Amino acid sequence: MYAQMVKSEATTDDPEKLAAFQARIDAGEKIEPKDWMPVGYRKTLIRQIGQHAHSEIVGQLPEGNWITRAPTLERKAILLAKVQDEAGHGLYLYCAAETLGVSRDELTEMLLDGRMKYSSIFNYPTLNWADMGAVGWLVDGAAILNQVPLQRTSFGPYSRAMIRVCKEESFHARQGFDAIRKMAEGTPAQKKMAQDAVNRLWFPALMMFGPSDADSVHSTQSMAWKIKMNTNDELRQKFVDQTVPQIEFLGLDLPDPGIKWNEERGSYDYSDPDWAEFFDVIKGNGPCNVDRLAARNKAWKDGQWVRDGLLAHARKKAARKVAAE
Amino acid sequence: MKNEWPLWEIFIRGQHGMSHRHVGSLHAPDAEMAIKNARDVYTRRNEGVSIWAVEANHIAASSPSDKGPLYEPSESKVYRHPTFFDIPDEVGAM
Ligand SMILES: [Fe+2]
Ligand SMILES: [Fe+2]
Repeated sequence: MYAQMVKSEATTDDPEKLAAFQARIDAGEKIEPKDWMPVGYRKTLIRQIGQHAHSEIVGQLPEGNWITRAPTLERKAILLAKVQDEAGHGLYLYCAAETLGVSRDELTEMLLDGRMKYSSIFNYPTLNWADMGAVGWLVDGAAILNQVPLQRTSFGPYSRAMIRVCKEESFHARQGFDAIRKMAEGTPAQKKMAQDAVNRLWFPALMMFGPSDADSVHSTQSMAWKIKMNTNDELRQKFVDQTVPQIEFLGLDLPDPGIKWNEERGSYDYSDPDWAEFFDVIKGNGPCNVDRLAARNKAWKDGQWVRDGLLAHARKKAARKVAAE
Repeated sequence: MKNEWPLWEIFIRGQHGMSHRHVGSLHAPDAEMAIKNARDVYTRRNEGVSIWAVEANHIAASSPSDKGPLYEPSESKVYRHPTFFDIPDEVGAM
């Protein structure tokens, strides 16, 4: 997902405190920043929320790429609003992570020097306008499936951030569907572009949910702590089941010959994505990893004088005010 | 000196007549920028008619371990609630 393969940290806390903590979570109580929490809970959450935040921020790049080339002024305004929302999502999440005792700059630096990851999906390129439709519809659509249950996560600030994010996400998915629908119902050339976008982004979208984690120790701990709400496979299946009829509605071909309705399971069967490719992208070898990190590093460096200047100005004003009093 | 912008807590009045509610936080160099940023981050869809920004380190907060001493005393004071009193039906609305 936006936070993939988050390793949960072992905890070596007092067993009595751990049991009381687990009881609070089982009772559905929210954990707030000043409450006692296991070291592993805190560390895992910093990693997970941080990765989620980074994904929102890096996720602006593939779409930002097309703002100036949107086909109409209306589409441009819509895409701009969508990308601006993603900046907000990153910010809500960074603030949630900060309540756990890590600073914004620390988080940013860990992204920039590669110590923290962001979602594999944003290492794929957006080649043309049809991709703007496919990204909103498929990528944000997949993200929604993960984020909706996270509204009930045990950590209060994360849960509240997710509630805000979810309010804005359905706009993202709908604008994407609307954009690709226009093309699917357009000229043969436009329809072909829509098909090509779906074909290219289908498997990367399935990879967003992460590899099968049915028997992973990490996800068992995270699920007990309610910082992971569903298994990767559950969410992936849900995504396939909801998206296949939409592809059919658009009159496009299914991007995977393995997709077949399974009467017995009441779900669609589908082919696994190429997990070797997934691990390669995570390792830094996707088509855009280098570009994405270079763009973030450049933005951080280019903005340094603005951050410093505004802070110097604020300090000067504050000093003058004190002097005048 | 640390060069990170301070953290601000943002409160928004959603509609006229309602109180301000905490909506989240953000970083800004000063109050003016905090309000400008809050407008961009927290009111993109008509969520507010007024913004308060308070620097986070100026907020005093009770600690979770004080929960008992602070809130338990009121648990035994049931007479503070109107439902404590039996008013006969004949008396009418009260
Ligand atoms: Fe988002
Ligand atoms: Fe989104």
